[in-house]
Formats: sequence, structure tokens, C-alpha cells
Amino acid sequence: MGDEIDEGLRSELQRQGIWVTSMQELYNWGRKNSIWPLQFGLACCAIEMIATAASRYDIARFGAEVFRPSPRQADLMIVAGTVTKKMAPQIVRLYNQMPDPKYVIAMGACAISGGPFKQGYNVLKGIDRYIPVDVYIPGCPPRPEALLHAFMELQRKIDNQKLSGPNKSDHLDREHPSEYPVPAFGKHDLVPRANPDVFRPPQIERV
Amino acid sequence: MSLHPYFEIVVFVGVALIFPVMPLILAWMWRRFFQPPKPGAAKNATYECGMESLGEAQIQFRSQYYLYAIIFLIFDVEAVFLVPFAVAFTGLPVGAFLSILVFLLLLIEGLVWAWGKGCLNWAK
Repeated sequence: MGDEIDEGLRSELQRQGIWVTSMQELYNWGRKNSIWPLQFGLACCAIEMIATAASRYDIARFGAEVFRPSPRQADLMIVAGTVTKKMAPQIVRLYNQMPDPKYVIAMGACAISGGPFKQGYNVLKGIDRYIPVDVYIPGCPPRPEALLHAFMELQRKIDNQKLSGPNKSDHLDREHPSEYPVPAFGKHDLVPRANPDVFRPPQIERV
Repeated sequence: MSLHPYFEIVVFVGVALIFPVMPLILAWMWRRFFQPPKPGAAKNATYECGMESLGEAQIQFRSQYYLYAIIFLIFDVEAVFLVPFAVAFTGLPVGAFLSILVFLLLLIEGLVWAWGKGCLNWAK
């Protein structure tokens, strides 16, 4: 099912007018060309996201113009903007409510790290503390081209996902979780401050 | 041998049935054989824009709202029928005139009833 086809054999057959494909390629081809995003925006990055969906940049070219108002029908969560600590539990809950396979694009400096408001008392320092992020886009805000680039990167990731074998995609792995714990409001901060299963920042080693 | 004149419609209905049902069957088979189901507390909860959900999604509305339905019929749906009635008024046969009159009388009766009940008064 997920076996790779030899490239030489494939081009040889193509020259004879025979087109060969595999289940995995068909499945991924369909998935990557119909990524439906969840319709929500958090801050100014959402304006750029709206511009990406409008006619000038036209995300419909990538099959992703169908912004869904319900997480039940969405494949992709675009975290566009500053995630406040008040909003973070709702974001995680929406992520939990999306069906597998699901992907996350963290759009803009705030969503990936807290951005210019990092020192703020009520700003989450990156949504990747609670949910797994597939593509990060820096920028304040990123231009629509950057979001389109993130889309193409996500399409490339989907295209390379395996249907079987030890490296198969997470959503086909029975043991891989589909929901992540929703943080709660504590006395001073969200509890827990990060989900250690998801958030593994690089450790700085001083020598 | 000549085909039945409705044969094309039968083919049309057949294709129209297969076209939507086939992807549903394929999706069901995919879920059945390849993709493991991953239900969960949050995933199965009622959708409330990310807030913690309270209660069930299937709730009943109070029957008191029937007043709004009646007044909506009188003032909104009636106008939709009145405009073409007024446009075609001079060329109407007696039967059509009588039937629209019955329709109007039924709604006017509802209006009189609602007026008498005090539904048209501003709530103080």
C-alpha cells in the first residue's frame, strides 16, 4: 500500500503512456489539495490571513479557501495573532475538537513566541507550549506571501507522510494522542505553564 | 428495440444517487480499515466556540414563541404574496382573486386576534 514506486520505472512507464500511482500518493494528493482551515483570527495577523483568502492572493489556488466555522470540519488551525492567557485554553480546546489528521500553522511573531508582547503579563509565549505546531511563520505581521509559503511547506509535509511502516503518520498511529490537556487559570499563570509532551525548547549549553 | 422514454431519467437518478453515496462509502471504509478512531471528552463535547460546553446541543424551544411565527407570517410572508397580486391585479380571473382573498382573510383574522390579545403593544 505505502510502497515506493521506483522513479526510473515510473518515468519509463510514463513514456509508454502508463501512469502509475500508489494508494499513499493518491491519499496524500487529495489531502494536501483540500486543507480546510478553521475560521478564527486572534489579532492583526488575522487581517493578513483575510487578505490571503481574498482575490489578490487567493488561497483557493491551494484548495484551502473553505474556512470552516466549526472545528469538526477543519483540517488546519492557523493561529493568527497574539494568544493571550485568557484565550489559550479555548485554542487548545478547539484544537482538541478538530478531527484527525490535523495541522497547525503558528502565524506571526506573537503566535510563535509572544512577539513584541512577550514581556506582557497576559501573553502566552508561543502556542507551541500546548499544541504541536507544524509550520512557524515569523513576521509582524507576515505578509500573505509568507502564509502561502507556509501552506506550501505544509503541503510538502503532508505529501511526505507515510501510510504504513514504522514512520507512519501520527494520525494513523493508534497510540498517538489526539487531544492535549487544556491549561487552567492558576493564581499567577496558566497551570501547567507548558505541556512537556509537546514543548521541548532547545537547551542552551554554555561552554 | 426502442427504449422507454423515461429510461434516461432512470439513468440520471441512478447516477445522482451513486455520485454522493460513493464518497461516503469510501470515507466509511477508510475509517473502518485504516484510520483508528480517537474519540475523547473534548472532541465529543458540544461545540461552543472553544468555551467549556454546558448541557446538550439538542434543546427544545418554548412553545410561547408561536406568537412570533404568526406575526412573521402576517407582516413578512404576506407582503411577498401581495406584491405579485398587486402587479397582476387587473388581469386576474375570478378564481385566483377569490383564493388570494381567502388567503388574505385568514391572515387578517390572525392580525385581529393578535391585536386583540395585545401582542402589538410595545413592551414597557
